[in-house]
Amino acid sequence: MNDPYTIKVDFLSKRHIALVLSSLLLIISITSLATQGLKKGIDFTGGTLVEMSFPKPADLGELRGLLLEANFHGATVQHFGSSKEVLIRLLPDTALNTAALSNRVLGLVNTSFSQTGELRRAEFVGPQVGEELSEDGGLALIYALICILIYVTFRFEYRFAIGSVAALGHDVIITLGVFSVFQFEFDLTVLAAILAVIGYSLNDTIVVFDRVRENFRKLRKGTPIEVVNISLNQTLSRTIMTSVTTLLVLLALFFLGGEIIHDFAMALIIGVLVGTYSSIYIASPITLALGISKADLMVVKVDQSELDKIP
Amino acid sequence: MNHFPAWKNILLIVVFLLGSVYALPNLYGEDPAVQVSPLRNAVINDILLADIKEKLNGGNVELASSELSEKQLLLRFSDTGNQLKAADIIRDALAKNYVVALNLAPATPEWLRALNAFPMYLGLDLRGGVHFLLDVDMAAAEKQSISRQALDIRQYLRENKLRYLSVLVSDETIRIKFRNLDVQSQALEKLSRQFRTWEFSTELENTITPTLIANMSAKELAAVKKYALQQNIITLKNRVNELGVAEPVIQQQGDRRIVVELPGVQDTARAKEILGATATLEYHLVDVEHSLSAAISGRVPLGSKLYNKRDGGQVLLKKQVIVTGNEIIDASSGIENDTGSAMVSVSLDGPGGKKMSKTTRNNTGKPMAVVFIENRSDIKRVNGELVRHKTIVEEVINVATIRGHFSNRFQTTGLDNSAEARDLALLLRAGALAAPIDIVEERTVGPSLGQDNITKGFQSVLIGFVLVLIFMAIYYKTFGLFADIALATNLILIIAILSLLQATLTLPGIAGIVLTVGMAVDANVLIFERIKEELKNGNSAQASIQAGYEKAFSTIADANITTLIAAIILFGFGTGPIKGFAITLSIGILTSMFTAIIGTRALVNLTYGNRQINTLKI
Repeated sequence: MNDPYTIKVDFLSKRHIALVLSSLLLIISITSLATQGLKKGIDFTGGTLVEMSFPKPADLGELRGLLLEANFHGATVQHFGSSKEVLIRLLPDTALNTAALSNRVLGLVNTSFSQTGELRRAEFVGPQVGEELSEDGGLALIYALICILIYVTFRFEYRFAIGSVAALGHDVIITLGVFSVFQFEFDLTVLAAILAVIGYSLNDTIVVFDRVRENFRKLRKGTPIEVVNISLNQTLSRTIMTSVTTLLVLLALFFLGGEIIHDFAMALIIGVLVGTYSSIYIASPITLALGISKADLMVVKVDQSELDKIP
Repeated sequence: MNHFPAWKNILLIVVFLLGSVYALPNLYGEDPAVQVSPLRNAVINDILLADIKEKLNGGNVELASSELSEKQLLLRFSDTGNQLKAADIIRDALAKNYVVALNLAPATPEWLRALNAFPMYLGLDLRGGVHFLLDVDMAAAEKQSISRQALDIRQYLRENKLRYLSVLVSDETIRIKFRNLDVQSQALEKLSRQFRTWEFSTELENTITPTLIANMSAKELAAVKKYALQQNIITLKNRVNELGVAEPVIQQQGDRRIVVELPGVQDTARAKEILGATATLEYHLVDVEHSLSAAISGRVPLGSKLYNKRDGGQVLLKKQVIVTGNEIIDASSGIENDTGSAMVSVSLDGPGGKKMSKTTRNNTGKPMAVVFIENRSDIKRVNGELVRHKTIVEEVINVATIRGHFSNRFQTTGLDNSAEARDLALLLRAGALAAPIDIVEERTVGPSLGQDNITKGFQSVLIGFVLVLIFMAIYYKTFGLFADIALATNLILIIAILSLLQATLTLPGIAGIVLTVGMAVDANVLIFERIKEELKNGNSAQASIQAGYEKAFSTIADANITTLIAAIILFGFGTGPIKGFAITLSIGILTSMFTAIIGTRALVNLTYGNRQINTLKI
């Protein structure tokens, strides 16, 4: 009963179910990303955003009418956090796209609206900056994946590297997919969260791989599937513990961090959940499918006598 | 057997103490303060301080303390009421040679400041303010430089009696046409020697008119761009000084962008007006020989042009330019002694002074006007392409009568009030920019949102931290408490390092700290789970501790290095707030490895190290 090498939860017997589940999620995510895409924030689209707070709940209809009258066509107006706070967005092609725009909106609201408000936040992102940020963001994701691929190949073995990067791709696509399906706003902080998800999910995967490698070297018997299953079981309580502590703080951020950090925390929560799942059901099965075996992981011993022969 | 050598324990204590000391300044609040910094060649010294003290005494304003340094004078006050009153008094007393700005100065005690311990530097999203990203129009800079060069070439050819047909600028090259091959080859030799940064070659296809082609060398092109950027940064610095901002940041970003951060500035309209426009100036004589009303009805005389006045109405000016903004060295506002009315003093450079002298000698008693030429530009998307749309606004900002003969120093008087004088002086000084700049990004955070962000960020760190503490203590009992102590130390160390580096703390940065708190315990979880396993395998308590720490180490290192890779890439590509997140995450990873591995081990060793134990509370 106390043998640490027993398999309490047979994770891998369910790997085919997991495969179906993951494929399904990936298909939904990719379809959604391809058809409706992400609801990109002004960081990526360019445009103007003005957040104001009023002493009394603000009437959005009145505000919309006001903006339309002043020729701000295509302005979206919504409550932000509470009914006293209002977020006004102007897309880059709907109006003259200059940094002065936010001041014009502010001036208009404070002269014509039924109550005067206070500026909370104003953002203007030029279209070319938006394009650059999109490009840089995509590049950052790719660079991160490549660097990790190299590091894991160097520290472990290429099959582990492929397994872990596949798991990361899986996590990133599904997290992006959730943002696309539900049309949550995707801005720079969410992108940062996705990169942090890569870090986190990888962390999880590496811990499992480390144990797999150790067990391959230590255990004399057992098929690769059994060895991986044992390793997953041994690291299970750690996987759960770390996910729980991370989720605890993320929930604190989600509920207490304020509107601006809300989407960031959500991306991380989704990422941590998907990342924990993928390090068990994606990374390891793929490594197995690529045919990892005991022989691949034995420490290469340098034969001293061979070296001695070299003059 | 589980015993740390003394040096390791000492190291831990030293790190902990240093961390505590450098994290300490963050516990003190801020004092309302007034910051006085000199402009141009004004000085800050004891005499100035004594003078200000006297004036403040006279105005019944209580000064809490003052600090004098080479760069600035910082005056602290007990409350904002005193601060605002003092700022008004000081502004009136010092006028134009100093920047007087309101500031919140950290209330760090003297002994901590002596140790170079300061609180964390808060980003704009936490303290409120404006962030601008400006883009320098390099194509325009290049064009300006090429046309200037064409002028120089023309002049040189004339001076050296090398007769040319034309010197024309087309795209990025200058084409010089000659009457015959002889002059062409002579010119090629001389020009190549004179203009070393340019590459001259003969055009081969064109045999009828011998032509030289001049191209700017790649090195010179890079220099032109660098110069355009540098000159813009300097001009922006001067302009920002006018705004009276306590700690402005003006930095180059990449090879054509400039970041301007103005903490505490709320009036973004004014800031944008001053930063965003590129302006030049021209002094013209007013055309008094011809009738203005005739000109307005359409009969504008040759050699004159009708201009709009900024405050309404029109004026007819001679087209000939006396001096341009490029020739203005300085302009400052002040009060005229005899009349008490507002005025602006202007200084011109040598050539400008000569031209002004020539004009004023013959035109005493006639009016002279200042035309302000503003290049506003914005970028619009037309059919998917980004198109720069330019408008040039020419306005007469001032008309004054020439009272006598003057050259490179003169005053413009008769202005309505000191605010108008200040604006005129500012506009005059904003005179020359190397290349137009556009605001391509703006982020303004109001003070209430900044304060909200701090409160909410702090709350989420605190709650997340407490939740993790409780969870660890319940699950791992005594060992959980060790992990909790390590986690608290980790938090102190992160704050200490952020304070020491004076890295900018942003809202995503706080999120990074929160995330680190959650992930930092991972190392301890790995170690404790290993110890549990070893115990299950039937190993002794001491051996299990030893093996647990040893075996978990490589896993912890691998896992953290990969996360660090992600954080570093994030830092490399990210802008402001994202960089903040990457910084806190990276620092958190490093400090957590230290506290979670070495820190908890020391606690474990101290508790269990030197005795026989049978059970571990884990």
